[in-house]
Amino acid sequence: MSVIDQPLTTAPAGTSLITKILRFRELAILVAIALVFGLTYLKNPSFASGASVQQMLAGPSIIIMLAVGETLVIVTRNVDLSVGSVLGLSAYLTGDLFVHNPHLPVILALLAGMLAGLTCGVVNGVIVAYARVPALVVTLGMLYIIRGVDAIVVNGVQIQPSQIPQSFVNLGAGAFLGIPYLFLIALAMVALVGYVMRTFRPARDLYAIGSNPEAAVLAGVRVQRRIFGAFAISGALAGLGGALWLAEFATVASTAGLGYEFVVIAAVVVGGVAIFGGSGTVLGAALGALLLNTIDQALVAARVSSFWNQAVAGMLLLVAIAFDRYVAVRAEKILRVQGARRDNA
Amino acid sequence: MIVIGVVSIGGMAMERVHAPEATASLRDLSPDVPLLDVEGATKFFGPVKALVNGSITMFAGEAHALLGENGAGKSTLVKILAGVHQADGGHVRINGEPVHFSNPIAAREAGISVIYQEPTLFPDLTIAENIFMGRHPLRSGKRIDRAEMMRRADEVFARLGVPLSPGRLARGLSVADQQIVEIAKAISFNAKIIIMDEPTAALTDVEVQRLFDVVKTLRGEGAGVMFISHRLEEVFEMCQRVTIMRDGAFVRTAPIEEITIDDVIFSMVGRDIVSLYGEHQRSPGAEVLAVEHLTREGVFTDVSFRVRAGEIVALAGLVGAGRTEVARGIFGIDKVDAGSVSVGGVKLKGGSPLQAMSAGMGFVPEDRRQQGLVMEMSIDSNAALASITSLSRFGIIRKSSERKLASEWAARLQLKFGRFANPVMTLSGGNQQKVVLAKWLARKPRLLIIDEPTRGIDIGTKSEVHRLLGELVEQGIAVLMISSEMPEVLGVADRILVLHEGRLVAEFARDEADEASIMRAAAGQMKGEAR
Repeated sequence: MSVIDQPLTTAPAGTSLITKILRFRELAILVAIALVFGLTYLKNPSFASGASVQQMLAGPSIIIMLAVGETLVIVTRNVDLSVGSVLGLSAYLTGDLFVHNPHLPVILALLAGMLAGLTCGVVNGVIVAYARVPALVVTLGMLYIIRGVDAIVVNGVQIQPSQIPQSFVNLGAGAFLGIPYLFLIALAMVALVGYVMRTFRPARDLYAIGSNPEAAVLAGVRVQRRIFGAFAISGALAGLGGALWLAEFATVASTAGLGYEFVVIAAVVVGGVAIFGGSGTVLGAALGALLLNTIDQALVAARVSSFWNQAVAGMLLLVAIAFDRYVAVRAEKILRVQGARRDNA
Repeated sequence: MIVIGVVSIGGMAMERVHAPEATASLRDLSPDVPLLDVEGATKFFGPVKALVNGSITMFAGEAHALLGENGAGKSTLVKILAGVHQADGGHVRINGEPVHFSNPIAAREAGISVIYQEPTLFPDLTIAENIFMGRHPLRSGKRIDRAEMMRRADEVFARLGVPLSPGRLARGLSVADQQIVEIAKAISFNAKIIIMDEPTAALTDVEVQRLFDVVKTLRGEGAGVMFISHRLEEVFEMCQRVTIMRDGAFVRTAPIEEITIDDVIFSMVGRDIVSLYGEHQRSPGAEVLAVEHLTREGVFTDVSFRVRAGEIVALAGLVGAGRTEVARGIFGIDKVDAGSVSVGGVKLKGGSPLQAMSAGMGFVPEDRRQQGLVMEMSIDSNAALASITSLSRFGIIRKSSERKLASEWAARLQLKFGRFANPVMTLSGGNQQKVVLAKWLARKPRLLIIDEPTRGIDIGTKSEVHRLLGELVEQGIAVLMISSEMPEVLGVADRILVLHEGRLVAEFARDEADEASIMRAAAGQMKGEAR
């Protein structure tokens, strides 16, 4: 065939197009964050004060943590609605651990929170992946079950700030070079999981499963094991989020993390993770969380009634989904017209 | 008497059989140990015996056709070789060694690669990652080596002589390119046994030719290619031997020079098909469909024609000429920019399939998996889908009437199935098509638009579908048929309209039509002659 003669080493046009769209997506969120920040600053200059910026970074840190785990699950075309409840239970259990062991090292407390979350995630994972019950139903059930267990365990006795060692509270309130520890931990998590998602085979399996589940089976992907893994990790990260919640607020009632699942899913979707799986990045989800929180704070700073917060978040969600559809349709059109041949590309 | 369509295929095939290349390569085949040897494989799904005696022997460097009607057990045999199903009995040997695959990975590792009729790609991932999913090249620390992955993908495409760009997403690839990616995947496994299930069903002639070249390359490298197709002319062009199955059992294997298309058909159906398309003389009645100056910008322009009760009108043309688009415009799926559609003298508003349906139109789409059926839903629910209103009382569907409707049509269409409650996806292609037909026929339509009625359907079922269409028009239904298969157009239609680049360029009556003049019109060589 004559096509053989054509050079095969030209720049892969397809790559640049796709990366452009992806980068564009993450860039778009960054621009939105800058825009919200800038406009609010013009109206209320104190918005850019050190304390305010710290709050802007620390505020969404826990949501970012949960969004990272949620991304893993949503990429596989599933959903984890139980993250808010898992956070609440883990926060309380970690606090309770301090009540009984006041000198527990910080790291062990974090690990304990993770372990509690992991346990919940494992239950989710087993039921979804191996018993093949739809994730929506399973995690909705777990949302209520875990919240119920939480209420029983708490039994009206809240964790009080006095029961939490100062070293642990410092973790929630302190900062390094002006950057809150919480945000640094979240950032480290995003960097770590983001790297893993790009670099290792099992992580790529998650995308394959979400993109085309039947093809994933035919490609020899261990679908059940991977879905199980995604839920387990989502649980563990929600558990870590719970421990950090304890560090941030030093007090835990049975309502900790109530309704967080929707904030988390909103952040993930705004961040460009396809709700039907197969595409999206951890970084995007984190930026989505950052954007939603920045808007929240901006509305406060601009003295807009807090009633507007949720409406704005909801609108943003719709805009994000509409934008996704638009980009998907455009991209598909471009890809189709462009054809796959290098000579056209 | 054998009719014109088959004879012309047969003639074509005979020429190709004597092409020097086919005989030459057969001589190279190793006579002793076969690459793949399947003997007496059996498979049961509950009480249904899908495979009674699956047997095939394939040598390295050979393209071997596996032929049979729908339900003959080809797919089951293939799925056993792919490790998707496990055989209940029999032997599979590769290079003389007995093997047993408990999952697709095991089959893959043994060097078997299956390219399914519908490519199974990940639309959200790059072509390169599609090829190497689960086997990405690694560098230290088990990290994926993307550069190496791209390089290897490039290498594979270079070997195939198809310059696909590995960094592109798989989304939006044409079916032909998707198949090329599947083949690239097979090659990258170093698969020695490559099984292609209906690879050409959705390809254009150029793409088919390219696929043949690729197969030749593979054979040259010592692979065995098993080729499943309903297009016998392609089988005769490409394969060195054929194995024929019927009713789940092996019938015969023969070198291609020692067998004719008629033999193949005879072995497949187990009876002589005297006539694929019976003689018929119809006298059409009143006008049912009038299409006036229908235009959708950039897609089709000024299309006008009529269809009368009791006639089959075929819409012919090359792929991309706008045939399906015209049909979608008539049915109201796509909005048209100008022109009108009338059914029985009543003008439709356009843009409303619901209105088209209540005016008595039915639409059997080309892609039955995506548009014609709800694959996960049961057979009876699918059949009743378009008749829900008449089957419901106070908005509640009565299951019993659904079942009654389904069993009535199952009998009339000779549907082969397990239970009505089974999902439609468990049926073979031909039987799925029958369910789609039942769905529309149950509405007793005045006009049936049917797009590629027999795509991917075996010869036996094909003639059944054709007989059915004949019966329908005898009962006074008008049929507008879109078909890419010339024998079907010539054999079934009473009138043939030819589209070229969105315009109607020719119209032929049944007795004045022949393959050459239709092809000329379709290629834009005889503008306006007959109109």
